[in-house]
Parts: sequence; C-alpha cells; structure tokens
Amino acid sequence: MSRKVLLIEDEPNIAEAIRFLLTREGWQVETHGDGADALQVIQGAQPDLVILDVMLPGKSGMDILRDLRALDDMKDLPVLMLTARGQSRDREMAENAGVSRFMTKPFSNAEVLTAVRDLHAQATQL
Amino acid sequence: MRDLLTGSRIRERRQIAGLRQAELARQVGISASYLNLIEHNRRRIGGKLLVDIAGALAVEPSVLTQGIEATLISALREAAADAVGQQAEIETLEEFAGRFPGWSGVLAQMHRRVVSLERTVATLSDRLTHDPHLAASMHEVLSTAAAIRSTAAILADPQDIDAEWQDRFHQNLHQDAERLADSSKALVTYLDESDTAKDPRGAPLEEVEVFLEARGYSFPELDAGQGADVIDLGGLNTSAARNLAGEWLRQSEADAKAMPLDALKTTLADGDPNPLELARRFSVDLPTVFRRLAGLPEGVLSRPVGLVICDGSGSILFLKPVPGLSLPRHGEACPHWPLFSALNRPLVPIRRQVAQQGRAAAMFECHAYAWPHGVSGYEQEPSYRAAMLIRPLVDAEPNAETTRVGPSCRICPSGDCGSRREPSILSEGF
Repeated sequence: MSRKVLLIEDEPNIAEAIRFLLTREGWQVETHGDGADALQVIQGAQPDLVILDVMLPGKSGMDILRDLRALDDMKDLPVLMLTARGQSRDREMAENAGVSRFMTKPFSNAEVLTAVRDLHAQATQL
Repeated sequence: MRDLLTGSRIRERRQIAGLRQAELARQVGISASYLNLIEHNRRRIGGKLLVDIAGALAVEPSVLTQGIEATLISALREAAADAVGQQAEIETLEEFAGRFPGWSGVLAQMHRRVVSLERTVATLSDRLTHDPHLAASMHEVLSTAAAIRSTAAILADPQDIDAEWQDRFHQNLHQDAERLADSSKALVTYLDESDTAKDPRGAPLEEVEVFLEARGYSFPELDAGQGADVIDLGGLNTSAARNLAGEWLRQSEADAKAMPLDALKTTLADGDPNPLELARRFSVDLPTVFRRLAGLPEGVLSRPVGLVICDGSGSILFLKPVPGLSLPRHGEACPHWPLFSALNRPLVPIRRQVAQQGRAAAMFECHAYAWPHGVSGYEQEPSYRAAMLIRPLVDAEPNAETTRVGPSCRICPSGDCGSRREPSILSEGF
C-alpha cells in the first residue's frame, strides 16, 4: 500500500531534501510552495500526512491548519508543522489549531523521519 | 482669515471668565459698545488693546489671535478616545483647551508619550511577533540553516546516493551557504541599527549623578544662602530624575544651613577633617557631615572626597566617585567595604583603612555609618541606610588592621575569603 505525504514548504531546498529522505523511506512525496491555494491542494491530493510550514506566501500555515480542521473529513489527518519560531506562543497557537506535531527549524533529518513514522503509525492504528 | 475671528474668541473667553461686556470694557478703558463691535468681528483689533484684553482675561494674546492649535485639539480627542473607564466631556474640549492651555499641553504630551511607550513595550516584550522585519530575517536565517542541515546530513550519510542527486545537493548546499551568509549579515546590520536607535538614557539615579557630576557636586547658590529651588534642573529629562535631584538639593540646602561654609572653613583650617569632631561641633548627625564634606567646593579640602550611600539591601542610591575607586554601581560589590559592615552595626561610627585589591590597587580612608531612615510606625522596624565617606590615601602601605576589599568576585585575587560568592576566573597566584 502506497503512503502519500504532501509537503507544503516554500523553501525549495528544504523541500528537495525532505522529498529525497521520505522517498527513500518508501513515501510518495508531493510538494507545494504556496499558502493561498494550499487547502484545495490538500483536498485534491488526499494525502496520508501533511507537512506544513508556518510562514508561507499567500496564507499562513496556522490559518491553513484552522481551515483544514473545520472540514469534516480532515479532522484526523496527521499534520506536522514546521516553524522558525520556537516560542511557546506559536506552539500553543498550533496546538489550539489542531496540530498533530510541531517541529522547529533547523531540525535534523532524523527528527523529521521519526516524526513522520510516529504520526503515520498512530494514524493507521486508529 | 484667522484675524477675523479674534472678536469671537474674545467673546468666548469673556463668557468663560464670567465677565460682563461692560465690566471687561471698563477694565481695558473702552466703551461697552465698542467692545461689542469688536466681539462681533466688526472692528479689527490689535496692539496694546489686544494685550490689555488678553491680560484682563488672563490668557496669552496668541490664544485670542490664533485660537487653539488644531493639533492640540486632536491630541486631546485621541486621549479621550483611548481613555478606559473615563468619560471625557468632549463637547467642552475647546473650552478646556482654551482655559487651561498649559494643562491641555501636558495632557496631550502625556498621551503621545504613553502611546509611544506602549509601542516600545510591546515591541521589546515580543520582538519576534511585533517586529515583522526581525521575524522575517529570523525565518530566513533559520530556514536556510534547516535546508543546509538536512542537505549536509544527506550527503554525510554513508548510504549510497546517485551521483546525480549528489551533484544537486552539493549545488543546493553551496547556494544555501551563500544565502545564509547574506541573510545573517543583514540580520546583524538590522540589530545593530535598532540598538543605536534606542534611548541611551539610563535610570533616573544615573541621570541625577551625571547632573551632579557636571556641577562638581557643589552648589555655591546654597552656600550663599539661597534656596534649592533657584538651581536650574536643566539637562534632567525625566520627572523622576528631577524629583530625585530636587530632593538631594533640598537636603543639601538644609546641610549647608546646619554647617555654614565660612564656619566650616575655619574649622577645617586646623587640619584634616574628623567627621565625629565636626558632628559634635556643629551639633549635626554623621550623615550630614558626610554629605556636607562631599559637597564642598573644590579647594576647600586638600584631598578629594567620595561618598556612597546605600539602602538596607546594599543597593547603591548615591555615588560620588574618587580617583581609583572601583565600586560597581549595580550589585556585585565586595561585602568587605565598610559601607556594608556599617549596615550590620547601625549607629556605630566606623573608620577603616581600606586596601582595594587586584588590578585597581589603591588605598582609602573610609568613614561609614548606618542610621534608621525615617520611622515607619509604632512597633515597626525602621529601614536603615548607610553612608561611607572615602578619601584616597597616597603612599600608604597596608598593615594588619587594613580591610582588604576586592572588585567583583569573578576578578578578585583574594584566596581565603569567607564572603566569596562565585569562584574567581583568575588563575592561582595572580
């Protein structure tokens, strides 16, 4: 069974590195670099997991997450959020918006892989 | 055009002052009917008559000719709108501003200051949220760092990577490294600039010390018998600093009265000042003697005199330095200074020879004394203050009786010290 991750990140080199890592792990990786239409892209792609950057052009990751959780069929979709601001306020905001996991830049590859594995394992157990 | 309304303003001001037309006319020596023409803007007015009318109405002539500044009115409007839980009488705003132009100015200025301070507080307390430029720069730096970290880790991974991928990642790495260099440079430039733009003024106490230092800690006006209120507090920017300076000057005025300069000079001609002897002769307490000696004009005493005053917590409230003295202004002072010993033995006059250790080696003669500062109430412990008079000693050698004090613990060479707060960073045998 193929696993699909959607990576919403405007930094092409981060996207490329993560795409490489996850592809090697057996994931099918799609990337998208804009915030404005991210919600439609998520709905269209129907991924098993979303990696979402907070600071995106067009629309913030926080707003995208809030809109996503308002949709009935997107309530349980695992979302890993990436941010450059590790402040507790951001974390709190993300948790209130319904984030599954939160990660601050610069993260290590191992952290990303562990987070993706954990989130996927949790989601498939349900 | 504005001139045309001078008459209306006079009418308005007269009504505010509760004066009848006839009454005002009589005061300025014109007929009531002429004043009536003026008030209805049917006669031009200027010169002496305008000044007289303004005088009778107790306003500046410009208030009558120019009215009240529109900016003042709008500032007051904003202040009223921003006030929480207060209902300002907006309908009488112009009357208020006209009647109390000074107070209105103060209110408008306060409001502007509050707004700007609130902005500063918000910015400082959460710069990443409120400073979009900083947040964007940080995001740029951290994102690039994240990309570099991920890419470098992939390349460092012993697992096989296609030559094609390898090339691509090497290229990305190079790109990102360049970007990181640029964005971190931009960030540093930004931080540097925003630091210099900050208000360089320090705490009110320091502002007062700068003011006193500029005056040589001495006020001939007070010695000449004038009151503290004749001294110009120009150069002090905050009202807190002005209050503190005013307090110090009033104290100095009282000290100067208790120990008049001429009598003091006569006594001091006998030799080195002995604070206890001076206190007895002038029937004053030791702190008065200390303050008075520290505030004498230059040349009266042969050696410079420094003064330190602290409160019960050891926080320094006043510091007049002497050459060679290395006593930190904020915390971290050596507890062996007689100033602090005095706090442990209130009301006991202390005299010590002090050797300052370390790089800034120097010898001082110190007199210290702690006294209850104000009585709080029945059955309540007073709070104490301590003062220390410091005079440099030249060519003196420390002996067994000498008190050894250090700079802050971190750079203190003293080996066997029971009061050490943290280890010294100096190597043994310094």
